[in-house]
Amino acid sequence: MARIEINGLTKEFTGLTALDSVDLSLEKGQIVGLLGPNGSGKTTLIKILNGLLKPTAGTVLINNMTPGIGTKKAVAFLPDRNALPEYMTTDQLLELYQDFFEDFNREKAEAMIADLGISTSQQMKKMSKGTKEKLQLCLVMAREADVYLLDEPIGGVDPATRDYILRTIISNYNEDALVIIATHLISDVESVLDDVVFIKEGRVVLHKPAETIREETGESVDQLFREVFRC
Amino acid sequence: MDWKFRNGIPIYLQIIDEMTMRIASGAYKPGEKLPSVRDLSMEAGVNPNTMQKAMAELERKKLVFSERTSGRFVTEDESVLKELHEELAKKYFAELSEKLTKIGMTGEEIAEAIRSWLEELR
Repeated sequence: MARIEINGLTKEFTGLTALDSVDLSLEKGQIVGLLGPNGSGKTTLIKILNGLLKPTAGTVLINNMTPGIGTKKAVAFLPDRNALPEYMTTDQLLELYQDFFEDFNREKAEAMIADLGISTSQQMKKMSKGTKEKLQLCLVMAREADVYLLDEPIGGVDPATRDYILRTIISNYNEDALVIIATHLISDVESVLDDVVFIKEGRVVLHKPAETIREETGESVDQLFREVFRC
Repeated sequence: MDWKFRNGIPIYLQIIDEMTMRIASGAYKPGEKLPSVRDLSMEAGVNPNTMQKAMAELERKKLVFSERTSGRFVTEDESVLKELHEELAKKYFAELSEKLTKIGMTGEEIAEAIRSWLEELR
């Protein structure tokens, strides 16, 4: 049984089909890039995987369970915008995560927060946009989860932090976890990926190992993306 | 040590080339213990499975060997290292010869040019 099994998944909003009969099977021990332009359905798919949206049709199974309370224990989710209470300080957020998630490794989070020079006593609302993003990522990556759903984890940070985040994802790699990175910053992440999923207008148009793409096309994933999604 | 990857070539092949160069040049000495796959992946910024695949290939080529519990080491077999140097030398000569042939030099002219270049070096 794959870690994530999606069959015939469709999500309709009024006047818009965000996801259209998506079939996708993702195994543990992989870092997968969910790649598509803005509005292609990446975030909708991630929200369904996280139980924040309900499918219009089709099935989604994580660890053989429908998204809900059971899967939230196993899924570490980094949303594309801040969902944490901004009046809290870093220390308070560490407490919050420790209370909420059994698999939260506080020492690991504290080490990452120290590495990135984030203040522990500052309220989140007083932090810069980039620092907020870094802090959220520290909290999410410090969970020892089965699935990590990272929606644009490197979108708003500088190149040095981008490297740190990618190294964190690599060092956090384990054979039992599945990491999904949704992004359109492909050249930054492509060397880190096992499999690549291209999503276009709500459909999966390609699902292949990144190395196979390089081998077959003689192109980088970034180059292939620019061809498939040429405007 | 900085890793640079070129577009459109499988990364595991580029890792094999880089590691081969490091072993041939003595950056990793014969018998030296290599960093773990995780540490090498972080250093290179690549997927751990890709690094693992490259290591398996280096093992198959007998440039490295693993000891069940203590990790992975550079070969100490001199014949393997000698063969590696010869193989690399051939590759570089082939590249050089291809370029020089392209600008119209004959084999003899190339040989003569190399001889006089070596003289100048002395």
